[in-house]
Amino acid sequence: MLAAFIGFEVIRRVSPLLHTPLMSLTNALDAIAVVGAIILAGEHKTTLATILGIIAIVSATSNIVGGFIITDRMLKMFKSSGAKKA
Amino acid sequence: MSVAWTDLIIEISYMIATALFILSLKWLSSPTTARRGVFAGEAGMLLAIAGTLLHHGIVDYKWIAIALVLGTVIGIPLGRVHMTAVPQRTALSHAFGALCVTLVGTAEFYLRAPNVSKFMMGVLSMEVILGSLTLTGSLMAAGKLQEVLPQRPITYKGQNVVNLSLLGIAIIIAVMLVLDPSKMYLYPLIVVIPLIFGVMMIIPIGGADMPTVISLLNSYAGLAAAAMGFVLESKLLIVAGALDGASGFILSVNMSKAMNRSFTNVLFGAFGQEQAAAGGKEEAKPVRSATAEESAAILAAANKVVIVPGYGMAVSQAQHKVRELHDALNKRGVDVKFGIHPVAGRMPGHMNVLLAEADIPYDKLLDMDEINGDFQQTDVALIIGANDVTNPAARSDASSPIYGMPILDVDKARTVMVIKRGMSAGFAGIENPLYHLDRTLMLFGDAKGFVGNIVRELTRGGHS
Repeated sequence: MLAAFIGFEVIRRVSPLLHTPLMSLTNALDAIAVVGAIILAGEHKTTLATILGIIAIVSATSNIVGGFIITDRMLKMFKSSGAKKA
Repeated sequence: MSVAWTDLIIEISYMIATALFILSLKWLSSPTTARRGVFAGEAGMLLAIAGTLLHHGIVDYKWIAIALVLGTVIGIPLGRVHMTAVPQRTALSHAFGALCVTLVGTAEFYLRAPNVSKFMMGVLSMEVILGSLTLTGSLMAAGKLQEVLPQRPITYKGQNVVNLSLLGIAIIIAVMLVLDPSKMYLYPLIVVIPLIFGVMMIIPIGGADMPTVISLLNSYAGLAAAAMGFVLESKLLIVAGALDGASGFILSVNMSKAMNRSFTNVLFGAFGQEQAAAGGKEEAKPVRSATAEESAAILAAANKVVIVPGYGMAVSQAQHKVRELHDALNKRGVDVKFGIHPVAGRMPGHMNVLLAEADIPYDKLLDMDEINGDFQQTDVALIIGANDVTNPAARSDASSPIYGMPILDVDKARTVMVIKRGMSAGFAGIENPLYHLDRTLMLFGDAKGFVGNIVRELTRGGHS
């Protein structure tokens, strides 16, 4: 709850300028769900659980990698006019 | 290493990762520190994954390694898509996230049932319902954005009744499962029904509503992950999910405000309703049009120009030409700014990213509230491929479907120029009286081509 509140406050301060990177970054962070999938796939409790876990790892990892790459690419493009002249 | 030690290490790595995630979003609040935010996010992610791999329950690493590599291989091209494809990429990644959550939820259910506590079953149902409706909903949204699926909203009578009853049934079944988790045969229903609901929910939605819908799906994906955090009793996951859910929530509130839709309207996915096209009567009214040469002359004579980009600029990839225009005008001492409506384009912040890609400094990109006071002192408002967000009917005509929606007050500028392919109505299917004003010049043509022509005229230096 506390985290949600802090998150709320922090996110509200993100300017509309960066809303697209915000979304792609939170998406990448969201893929932390991969930790659950890793345990599931690694525990080998049932075949079903292992298979579902493996597919889940693949989809979450693609989000992590893709999400961070594209967020960084977007942010690299944002330059202020001051920085450009320098 | 003993189990207790490993557990402690895992716990600490998760705690640091949580802190890094929050810092990551905090740094994202300003463009100067934003990239540091990405590094913090990456570091947190690596730490959390490394910590998880120490988990003593894991007996087999082979498949984990294969899956991680495969995910990376899929993820790299997804991170390298063209900037104009960012909206559909985002929708697709919501789908992936939701898929992961749904699969883990399903596996957890079959591992634990029927010995599941009521609380556990409740959050698990929430995880799976939100996960599966986000999965198909996001795939549909991505399909519409990629134009694989028809972009026009498809509506039919009783659509809301059908949709709400689908959701209602899923929730009732979930409640039955909570009361009695041994009814395992019910479980597939709380996956399948939301999957159908996800499709049905997006069918009636048109392109102009996409920013709201994407934010909403983002929020659902986050909430699903937070629910999964409760199922797995992982604080890290709860925090990350809550952050994602909160950011999606804030963005959807912003978007629905910017479109003057009530938030409950959006929450129930019941938008796209007032989109019934009301065109057909506009042919008779006169418009004034101008050539690239004439518009270059007007722009060159101006002191203050505000450029208002919309989805049309994204479609024709005109952002680099717009930058040339910006440079050419700057060279002549013309003050150029950009006025950006929150829902311009197909996702929140879409226009900012495209203009940043074209190297336009971000301090020239102004939000609707910042720019609106300026239009009265503006000589030329140049609208590139935007329509509904500039429609003065939203201010004056109470019968208009978009009445009350905040707009960019471009009609207050001394001259309004509109680059547009033809007279067709915008996505909301409504006529724009702006085009018939005396001070409005219509520049018919493809945005990229037309801006290019204006730039050529300006750099030739014939006017001043």
